[in-house]
Amino acid sequence: MEGPVLIANRGEIACRIAATCRRMGLPSIAVFSEADVAALHVAAADRAEPIGPAHPRQSYLSIPALLEAARRSGARMVHPGYGFLSENAAFAEACAEAGLTFIGPPPAAIRAMGSKAAAKAVARRAGVAAVPGYDDEDQSDARLLAAARGIGFPVLIKAVAGGGGRGMRSAAGADEFPAALAAARREATGFGDSRVLVEKLVPRARHIEVQILADAQGTVLHLGERDCSLQRRHQKLVEESPAPGLDAALRAELGRRAVALARAVGYVGAGTVEFVADAGEAPRAERVWFIEMNTRLQVEHPVTEMVAGLDLVEWQIRIARGEALPWTQEAVRLAGHAVEARLCAEDPARNFLPSPGRLQKLVLPEAEPGLRIDAGVREGDTLTPFYDPMMAKIIAHAPTRAEALAKLAAALDRCSATGVRLNAGFLAAALRSPEMAAGQVDTHFLDRARAGLLAVTAA
Amino acid sequence: MAEVKIAAEITASVWQIQAKPGDQLAEGDTVMLLESMKMEIPVAAPRAGRIAAVLVAEGDQVEEGQAVALLEA
Repeated sequence: MEGPVLIANRGEIACRIAATCRRMGLPSIAVFSEADVAALHVAAADRAEPIGPAHPRQSYLSIPALLEAARRSGARMVHPGYGFLSENAAFAEACAEAGLTFIGPPPAAIRAMGSKAAAKAVARRAGVAAVPGYDDEDQSDARLLAAARGIGFPVLIKAVAGGGGRGMRSAAGADEFPAALAAARREATGFGDSRVLVEKLVPRARHIEVQILADAQGTVLHLGERDCSLQRRHQKLVEESPAPGLDAALRAELGRRAVALARAVGYVGAGTVEFVADAGEAPRAERVWFIEMNTRLQVEHPVTEMVAGLDLVEWQIRIARGEALPWTQEAVRLAGHAVEARLCAEDPARNFLPSPGRLQKLVLPEAEPGLRIDAGVREGDTLTPFYDPMMAKIIAHAPTRAEALAKLAAALDRCSATGVRLNAGFLAAALRSPEMAAGQVDTHFLDRARAGLLAVTAA
Repeated sequence: MAEVKIAAEITASVWQIQAKPGDQLAEGDTVMLLESMKMEIPVAAPRAGRIAAVLVAEGDQVEEGQAVALLEA
């Protein structure tokens, strides 16, 4: 099925999808809430449809509003982007019932992996090691606390339906458990499901994930891994590929596990299998555990695109049209090193407090060979409190890791804004830190290093 | 007795109000939770006192610096 693509999203990802549609000769249709009438993604598409009030529940999360926009505009395909409804099986089904091609995996695969508890059950069946934990139905406070004691503190409490780093709280001991549980549940209700699971917290952990691409004919490829250990509040800020210190044998092993999981749920399209790895000297296969699968495009997909030399959105669309992947696993070639930083309107000095406001001035570096800028805003835009603080992604690609890190840090030095606080200087300092240079970053690195990095930023 | 204005430190929407008029709070107790840019931001009592009034309702939009509650301290 060919035809106009409705982009059911906003911000940089909507702009990025529209760019690929244009290159492929496919008309694109943006959607916008009342807060986004003048947003960049509206201008990036060929046409745009209003979908309701600023609050996401009444617009970007409203299945009826999106289907109506698709009907009005004559769309034939729907790309959900990431976040919002991208992992909502009911939305994928509603698209199919409305005669629209959903650019994503089959609803059954979304459902099988959509709940973190169900995903761990799939992993057990597929013989892939998952993080030890409790993911049963009994959700009483007493049962969950008993489970945490059984697993052994410290533990992580996670919303079963959570994502994007929200709905996740750690507890170092039983005394902290009730408050952490209450906070995780409160955020979990935001995902429409208050259930939580309890997992062993790996104290010094790296986040390593594998990109999957699968067609409807049965080919499942992995496109290498990304290391996304540089995080604040369980949310990624810097991602790179390949992961530092990972050897070819472990890369192949993680790829094998990711492909096994994708096959176990009949996966089709682009997806990501996430692992947590013990941050020792070098990652070892028996110290890497599956945590979850994201059944959508990831924010950080450009680092894979740069090392693999392909356009993942293009292949999502081709696969949705029924095309077969033309490669075998052996033909996948990954070249050089790519690293991405998320440029956000936030203040690292105030514990990364978001910084909504009007962008009176915005300077971003120019794209050049080996430097990609995926922006979702422009000078003069207003960043409202309704949506994510991410303004742009900056991605550098170079023959070596050291060169890629240096190139990205230099690009961040050229970013500036007035009207909102920017994390560019802080990220540049993190990229230039000895820990980053050594590939020794774990998911709590920023918590420990924040004060020192802020001092460097201010100097 | 002084009346202290408790202000929002950020432009946000009011997500969950946790204290009501008459409640006695200790310094640092949560008065309400704001939400901005997908982040939960607690509004804490700047000192111990009794809540005299809550000036906003859940779902309201508040501006940076806007008073959201009054504290008798």
